[in-house]
Amino acid sequence: MKIVIVGCGRVGASAAETWDAAGHEIIVLDISTSAFERLPSGFGGVAIRGDGTDEDVLRRAGAEGADIFLAVTEGDNRNVMSAQLAVEALAVPKVIAKINDPLRAAAYAELGIATLCRTGLMVDAVNDHLGLPASGLSGMLAPTGTHPGGSHHRTPGAAKAGTAAPVPTTSDVEAAPSAAVEA
Amino acid sequence: MFVLVVGGGKVGYYLAKELIDSGHEVALMEKDPGRARQIADEIGSIVIAHDGCEGKYLGEAGCNRADVVAAVTGDDEDNLVICQMAKHHFDVPRTIARVNNPKNEALFRHLGVDELISPTRMILGSIEQDIPVHELLHLAALGEGELELIEAHLQAGSPAIGRAPRDLDIPDGCSLFAVIRGGVASPLRPESVLREGDKVIAIGKQECQAMLHGQLIGDPETATAG
Repeated sequence: MKIVIVGCGRVGASAAETWDAAGHEIIVLDISTSAFERLPSGFGGVAIRGDGTDEDVLRRAGAEGADIFLAVTEGDNRNVMSAQLAVEALAVPKVIAKINDPLRAAAYAELGIATLCRTGLMVDAVNDHLGLPASGLSGMLAPTGTHPGGSHHRTPGAAKAGTAAPVPTTSDVEAAPSAAVEA
Repeated sequence: MFVLVVGGGKVGYYLAKELIDSGHEVALMEKDPGRARQIADEIGSIVIAHDGCEGKYLGEAGCNRADVVAAVTGDDEDNLVICQMAKHHFDVPRTIARVNNPKNEALFRHLGVDELISPTRMILGSIEQDIPVHELLHLAALGEGELELIEAHLQAGSPAIGRAPRDLDIPDGCSLFAVIRGGVASPLRPESVLREGDKVIAIGKQECQAMLHGQLIGDPETATAG
């Protein structure tokens, strides 16, 4: 599979290393070349310095036709914008954005992006270890709604997830009926 | 109206100030505590020293009862997220985003931001308006470069308005062959009468250009005279 990773921090670099070793085609972007030092010496993928929130940069990097797009920079909003570009402009079928703010993570899952929230994941990992009940915070959320872009913006009262007109390029990720919180 | 302004830079600061002066209820979110304090000292306790991208703080700032949310930080991605959270999570009827990179405009609009303000685009538009358009536009060089494809935009004062190509003194070796009117291109016949706003497409030798200019654009002096 062709996998694009935006942000070569610990998470991005580790994912790149694992999936490269598994034989996938990896393109990893970061705005700083020094971030690529985290990649192993035998890394077989492509590492490109560039801004993952810039559509032109993503296209030049070869992100078109990717099967999976993972936005894991340290900025929640950069990840959101990058992920939405991947959905809207590049029509990537599976898009995941790291969003550490649990509220924002839940909101964007409703808008059609799978979200990964460190806050919820860590709190619940600790709860699990201690035998305490799960927090209910978002961890890894599957998209539950459709991406905006339809005409529903004019009816704010009914604008919650699920009422959006389907956008054909959105995603082939099946909408999960409820948020799957990992414990 | 209750307006929630996010971003306490120059734009956010003056925006909040003007809104207050016009009698609106305003809350301003600025994540830098120092800057937030500075603004609060000047315009009062409407400042919330928190990150407006954070859902929790947006809620605390009263986002769910805002009539308008204006996201005017210097970062496009932040402005996008603020507007999307306001729109989709807090059901705000009207969202306005400052967009710095004009390339982001289409995406923002598509993603549901109601209004976009792009300073870059506005300045660009202003500069382009100042460039004189009463000149022949060179579209392409043909052959060995001795022929040129030229466009002439007929504006008020052009001697060609109200006349047909057969009435004009078109130099030899030059041909007016098409006219673009209202975005539609059609062949230019010798008897077609030209109108203001038409774009005439011509092919001619380079040395014909001065004469073509006089016939289609007109000299400023002769144009005002007749």
